[in-house]
Amino acid sequence: MSDSDSELQFTPLFDRHVALGGQMVPFAGYNMPVKYEGVLAEHKWTRAEAGLFDVSHMGQARMTGEGAVAVLETLTPTDFSILPQGKQKYSLLLNDEGGILDDWMVSRPEAEGFMLVVNAACKDQDFDIIADFIADNESGADVEFEVLSDRALLALQGPKAKDVMKDLCPAATEMYFMECGTFQLLGEVAYISRSGYTGEDGFEISFPAARVGDLWDELLSNPIVKPIGLGARDSLRLEAGMPLYGHEMDAGYTLAEANLGFAMNKSRLTRGDIKGIDRLKAQLDGALERVRVAIRVLEGPPAREGAKILSEDGTDLGVVTSGVPSPSLGYSIAMGYVPPHASAIGTKLKLETRGKPYAAEIVSLPFVANGYHRKPKA
Amino acid sequence: MKFTKDHEWVSITGNEAFVGITLYAAEALGDVVFVEVPEVGKVLKKGDSFAVVESVKAASDVYAPVSGEVIEANDSLTGAPETINAVPEAGGWIAKIKLADASELDGLMDREQYEAYLATL
Repeated sequence: MSDSDSELQFTPLFDRHVALGGQMVPFAGYNMPVKYEGVLAEHKWTRAEAGLFDVSHMGQARMTGEGAVAVLETLTPTDFSILPQGKQKYSLLLNDEGGILDDWMVSRPEAEGFMLVVNAACKDQDFDIIADFIADNESGADVEFEVLSDRALLALQGPKAKDVMKDLCPAATEMYFMECGTFQLLGEVAYISRSGYTGEDGFEISFPAARVGDLWDELLSNPIVKPIGLGARDSLRLEAGMPLYGHEMDAGYTLAEANLGFAMNKSRLTRGDIKGIDRLKAQLDGALERVRVAIRVLEGPPAREGAKILSEDGTDLGVVTSGVPSPSLGYSIAMGYVPPHASAIGTKLKLETRGKPYAAEIVSLPFVANGYHRKPKA
Repeated sequence: MKFTKDHEWVSITGNEAFVGITLYAAEALGDVVFVEVPEVGKVLKKGDSFAVVESVKAASDVYAPVSGEVIEANDSLTGAPETINAVPEAGGWIAKIKLADASELDGLMDREQYEAYLATL
């Protein structure tokens, strides 16, 4: 985790955020825009048009070589041998007990080359773990690992993101959801994936930091595109039911508890070589004490992180890990942990805010239907 | 109208006062999506949290600028929280308080002092 006492860092777009009226706040050691025009307007714009996010604070790295699959598989529960070139996969960095140290997006733009995007607050830890592992293990012998500190990252999200990309980089719009590739954009090499953190169709663009200002300006010159701050990024990902590291998960949670089974491949479970496999198997077989759920608030104030989750008769069940008044739905939504017996959809609960219990119920994820550009089933 | 450093305002008539949050506070909060107003009859000490104003991002306490009893709450904010953004220093009032100690008003800022205080932030 980053040291909050150390000096704040800046992305290459800091001056542009300020010029655009961005309200800058410290986030994961960086000075980042929490909002420009307003969280509500930015949220709704992203759901209807196209929103542009500076996510250059996130860590980017490249791992190449024949042993890259083995290294990645030791650290995560994912089977990277079956990830085809041109595809992307959500994955988790695990500790020896199977606790979650970070969540990653891993793409494979080249057959022997992986790109990692990791959380800003965890990147120093993650990159140290990877580098140490490569140095200490035989499987790391032919692996090259490079932290891409000279690259910035932009996310263009929303139902009209594809129209914007069509003008700038038409080849990228031929990708489907969770595909990735290497493209030429403004004369530079761009690693682009069709994914994001809003539940909408969209693109994440890794671009040379030295030229990202030009790309940012070019994207914003299209009237469909507006800059979006971290405030709306959080409400958008919550509506999409996506977990946020440090909130829905940390080293104290396993992937079974966090309901993140899609980061794991069955082949890895069969092989039995996932860290913390005994506990994980037992949990997947039913020995779970708590599980991540989606909650709709039925009355009263928004439930925020830390709100107690109670049964209807007032028994303590767990705690809210994120909550927001949903701009798209007009009511408040939350995620949190409850025992499996209280996790069925439709289960009535109470959420305690400022000492008072308010009615809520378990609902299904995502809260807002996603707009991904999925590959049609053959 | 008098102001606090926590960005509440007080508008006094006789020994009663409307209280709310200032334009500066409303703009800093952003879009208000939920307001919890106090119950009528609640007795407040100056500095008590007596209401909560929530944006998409966060919940913010509103502190009593003076001591007294809540004699009216602006229940219309429950259905129309955006009033706080539109007219924070008028229709966006939060509660009407019967003053317990009028001398407390002396410790508050007038408009000119409040503007000068804002300039230092």
